[in-house]
Amino acid sequence: MIRKARTHVNQDEPLLFERSSPGKKAYQLPPLDVPAVDPTTVLGAENVRREVSNFPEVSEVEVIRHFTRLSTWNYAIDLGLYPLGSCTMKYNPRLNEYVARLEGLAQAHPYLPDKLAQGAMKVQVALEAMLRDITGMAAVTLQPAAGAHGELTGILLVRASLEARGNPRKKVLIPDSAHGTNPATAAIAGYQVENIPSNSEGMVDLAELARRVDDSVAALMVTNPNTLGVFEREIAAAAQLLHERGALLYMDGANMNALVGMVRPGDFGVDVMHLNLHKTFSTPHGGGGPGGGPVAVVSELEPFLPLPRIASGNGTLTYNYDRPQSIGRVKAFYGNFGVLVRALAYILAHGGDGLRNATLDAVLNANYIRKQLEGCYDLPYQAPSMHECVFSDARQAAVGVRTGDIAKRLIDYGFHPYTVSFPLIVHGAMMIEPTETEDKRELDLLIDALRSIAEEARENPELVRTAPHTTRTTRVDEVTAARKPVVRWQPAS
Amino acid sequence: MYPEDYRYTKEHEWIRVEGDTGTIGITFHAQKELGDIVYVETPKVGTTITAGKAMGSVESVKAVSEIFAPVSGEVLAVNDELASKPEKLNADPYGAAWLVKVRLSNAPEVKGLMTAAAYQEYTAAEGSH
Amino acid sequence: MRYLPKSDSERQEMLASMGLTSLEELFSHLPESLLLKRPLSIPPGKSEYEIIDYFRERAAENATGHASFLGAGVYHHYRPVVVDALISRGEFLTAYTPYQPEISQGTLTSIFEFQTMICQLTGMDVANASMYDGSTALPEAVMMASRVTGRSRAVVARAVHPEYREVHLTYARHQGLPVAEARYDPATGQVDLAHLESLVDQETAAVVVQSPNFFGCVEPVREAARIAHAKGALLVVMFTEAVSLGLLEPPAEADIVAGELQSFAISPCYGGPYVGVLAAREKYIRQMPGRLVGQTTDTNGRRAFCLTLATREQHIRREKATSNICTNQALIALMATVFMSVYGKQGLRELAEQNLAKAHYLAGALDNRGAGRRFQAPFFNEFVVRCRQKPAEVNERLLEQKIVGGLELGRFYPELDDCLLLCATETAQREAMDRLAGSF
Repeated sequence: MIRKARTHVNQDEPLLFERSSPGKKAYQLPPLDVPAVDPTTVLGAENVRREVSNFPEVSEVEVIRHFTRLSTWNYAIDLGLYPLGSCTMKYNPRLNEYVARLEGLAQAHPYLPDKLAQGAMKVQVALEAMLRDITGMAAVTLQPAAGAHGELTGILLVRASLEARGNPRKKVLIPDSAHGTNPATAAIAGYQVENIPSNSEGMVDLAELARRVDDSVAALMVTNPNTLGVFEREIAAAAQLLHERGALLYMDGANMNALVGMVRPGDFGVDVMHLNLHKTFSTPHGGGGPGGGPVAVVSELEPFLPLPRIASGNGTLTYNYDRPQSIGRVKAFYGNFGVLVRALAYILAHGGDGLRNATLDAVLNANYIRKQLEGCYDLPYQAPSMHECVFSDARQAAVGVRTGDIAKRLIDYGFHPYTVSFPLIVHGAMMIEPTETEDKRELDLLIDALRSIAEEARENPELVRTAPHTTRTTRVDEVTAARKPVVRWQPAS
Repeated sequence: MYPEDYRYTKEHEWIRVEGDTGTIGITFHAQKELGDIVYVETPKVGTTITAGKAMGSVESVKAVSEIFAPVSGEVLAVNDELASKPEKLNADPYGAAWLVKVRLSNAPEVKGLMTAAAYQEYTAAEGSH
Repeated sequence: MRYLPKSDSERQEMLASMGLTSLEELFSHLPESLLLKRPLSIPPGKSEYEIIDYFRERAAENATGHASFLGAGVYHHYRPVVVDALISRGEFLTAYTPYQPEISQGTLTSIFEFQTMICQLTGMDVANASMYDGSTALPEAVMMASRVTGRSRAVVARAVHPEYREVHLTYARHQGLPVAEARYDPATGQVDLAHLESLVDQETAAVVVQSPNFFGCVEPVREAARIAHAKGALLVVMFTEAVSLGLLEPPAEADIVAGELQSFAISPCYGGPYVGVLAAREKYIRQMPGRLVGQTTDTNGRRAFCLTLATREQHIRREKATSNICTNQALIALMATVFMSVYGKQGLRELAEQNLAKAHYLAGALDNRGAGRRFQAPFFNEFVVRCRQKPAEVNERLLEQKIVGGLELGRFYPELDDCLLLCATETAQREAMDRLAGSF
C-alpha cells in the first residue's frame, strides 16, 4: 500500500531551443544614455561575431513556464524525506536565503576597499570562531568551494607542514570504505594512495595501521563516523600512532552531522579536517552545488593556511597576504561567501544547544529506522549506528532483486532513494541517512514503504525489478548515453 | 566458452599466438562481469606493452576495468572498430572484438599463462567465493 | 529549536521502541573520554528577527549606495527578477545531484540546456555541467591539456587574472607541472606573441590566454592558437566577462575554453559562489573533469537525460579520476541558464553593445581629463588608465563622492603602480561617469 504519494498530471515541455522563434524577447534594457559605438570600428571587424547561432529567443512568460515545468520533474527535500546516506539532506531554512540576498552582502564586490567590506569580513570572522568551537580545532579557513576542494586544501596543508619538517613523504593511507574523493584528492596533491582494509566491524584496523605507518606515510584520511555510520572507536589511538611516527590524521567531515555538540575532532587527535557546509550546516544542495568546504587545523598547521587571512588591528579588519609559509591561493577571492552567510545563519538559529539537539535527533532517527527495518533487510555490520545505517540487499538478491531495484521502487512510494551500492565494502549496500529534519510520521512512512518493498520482493520481484512505475520518466538507457554521448542540443539538419 | 588454442590470464585477458604474433582480447567472463561495455581504450600502434602492466581499459556505465598485457611486445595493430562499436566486446569477445595484435618480444611468457582448462577452473573457483 | 520537527513525547516513543530512555544513551558506545562535557560556546539559538537584524547590521557595514567602477573578474550587471523567482523553487533549490534520473529530469534538462548554450557561446563542441568558478577552472583546464598531450608544462599569459594564476600555481606546484609566464606587450596590453612563441616547446601541454584579458584587452587568439598548435600544445582560452561573448568572435581556434559566468545574473556576493565553465573539442570529452549530462531515452522511448561518462569521475575511478571534483555549481549554473534564456540571442548582443558604449564613453571622458588609456589594444568594458596622481589618492577622492573607483593595479603588477583598472557595464550611469572623470 502506497500511502505517501499518488500520481498527478504534470506538464510536458520542449527544450528552450525548440520553443525559440526569431524576434521573441524576454528582456528590455534602459535606453543608452551615452552615444552608441560601432563594434567593428572599436573592436576590429575580425573580432566581432555575427550572432550566437541558435541561442534561445523566447518570451518572459515562456521562460517562467519552461523552468517551472522543469522544476516539477524533480524530487526535493521540500517534498519529503531524502534518505541519501552521507549526503545529509536536511531542511534548508528560507531565512538563510533571505539574509544572503540582503543588498549590502549580495552586491559587495570582492575588491571593495577593506574599510567598505567590514561587514563581509565580520561574517567570516564570526563563522570561523563558531566552526573552531564546533570542531575543537585551532584555526579555520573558509576558502574552499566544496568538500573535495576542502580535501585538496587539507592534503596540501599536510604536504606543506611535512615539507617544513623536512620531508613531505610519499603516501596517504585511505580505508577501503572511503569516499572516492579521498583517493582522487590525494593523487591530485601528488601522493600515492594506499588502501587499507577495514576490520570485521567495518572500522580502521589498528594493528593493520601499525604495520602500514612508516616514514613514507604522510597521513591517514579517515571519515568519522565512517561511511557505515559507525564511530571509529579507536580513533584517538590511531591519531597517537600516526603522530608518534611523524604522520598526520586527516578527517573527512562529511559525516559531521553525527558529532556536532557531542564530540569534537580536535579532542581525538585530528590534525586537519574539512566540513561540508551544504551537508552539516544546511546550505542548499541546489541540484549539485554550490557548496562550501571550510578546513579546520591544529595550530601547527595554521601558518600554511591559504591566502589571504583576516587580521584585526585597532578595530578594523584587514587581509593579510604576508604569510610566507602559506600553500597559496586555492580559489579567487575569499571563498563562497554567500554559502558562508547561510551557514552562519543556520548556526545562529540553532545556537550551541540547538546544534546539539539536532545531532541527537539525527542519530535518533537513524537508529529508529535501523531498529524498525532490521527484520526485513540484512544488516552486514552490527556496530552501533550514528546518523546513518547501512543495510544490504543480501536477502532480496536471492530472488534477483538488487539494492538499485529497491531504490527505484522507493520512488513509487514517494521517496527519493537512499544511497545505492556505497560504501564499496558492503555488497549491495543500502545506505540510509534521514537527518534530524524528519518528523516521526515521515519516518514511519519510509519504514512502511521499505517493509512493503521487502514483501513485494518476495511475492512479486518483477514489480520491484522494473520500478519505478509511476514517474513521468521510466528507467533510462544509460548505456546508449555513454556509448554515443549527446551532450548538447543541435538543430535538425 | 573458452577456446582451446587460447591462453588466459588471471585478469581475464586472452591471447592467441601465431608465430611471433599474438592477438589479445578480454574473455567472455570479463565482459559478462562488466555488463554492457560502453568504451574501450587501447594502446597506440607502435607502442610497447609489458607483460602484467596495464595497456588499456574497458568501461561499463559504472565501472572501469584495466586491461593488463598478457605478454610483452610491440603493438602491430589495434581494432579501431571498437571505438565506435564497443558493444562488439559483449557480442563476440573471442572473435571480432579482439583488442590488439602484438609482436612478441619474449615468447616464453606465453607458457606461463593458463590453458583453457586451467582458466575455466580458475573462474569457477573465483565465482564460488 | 524551530527546525526540529519532533515533540518530546514522540522522541520518548521512538526511544522506547529501542529500549532506551534518553537520547544521550545513543552515544553511550563512544569512549567516555571523547564526549564533550560542556555546552558549545555558541550562544543560544536566535529568532528569525534577531538574525535578520544581525545580517542587516553586517550589510550596512559594507558599501551601500555607491556607484562602482570595479570589474577585474567580477562585474555589476542587471539581474532579471525572474532569475531568483525560478531558482528559489524548492524543487531546484533543495534537490540533490541528479543521480536518480527518473526524479531529476528538471535539473538534468536544465543542465543539458546549459551545456548547449555554453557550446553556442564559446564555439566549442562539448561543455561540462560547470566547475566551482573561473579560478579553479584554469588548473582543471591545464591538467586536462596535460592528460591529452601527455606533457606537463604550461605557458600562461601574464595578463590572465592574477588570482586565477595564483590558484593555478597552488595546484601545479604539487604535481610537478612547471608553469612559465608569457609577458604582455607594454604598448598594446596584449600577450607578447614573440615571447610566447619563445616559451612554447615540445614539452608544452597548454598555452593559456584570457580574452578579454585582465586589462580588458581583446587578445589575438588566432595567433596564440597558431603558436600553440605548431608545437603540438593545446590552446586554453579563459574569459572572466561572459557578456563579451555576446559580441566578440568566439575562441573557436581554442582546444579548451574555460571561464567564469558571474556576469550572467550572479550577484558579486563578495567573491562567490560563482560558476566556472569548461568546454572543449569533442575529441577530448573523455579527458574532461566534472559532471556531464547526456541525452538518451527511457524504456518508453521518450527523450530523457542522465549523468554520463561518469567513469571519468572520482566516485568510480578514485585515485585515477580526471579530477577530484565532485560537485558542480548546479544552482548557479541554473541562474546563468535562466539569464541566457531571458536575454537570448538579441538581448545578449544588445547588452554587450551597451557595455561597449559605456566603457568607451568613460574612456573618452577620462582621456579628455588627461587620464589616457595605458594600452592600445581594443577593449570591451574595462580598461587601464594611467593616473597623474597616486591611484590610491584618486580612489579616496572618489569615495568621498560615493564612487568606488577602479582596482589599483600595483597590487598585482608592480610595474603598473600608477594605473587603475576601470570597468563600465550597462549599469554605469552617464552622470556618475562624468563625476568620476571630473575627479581625475
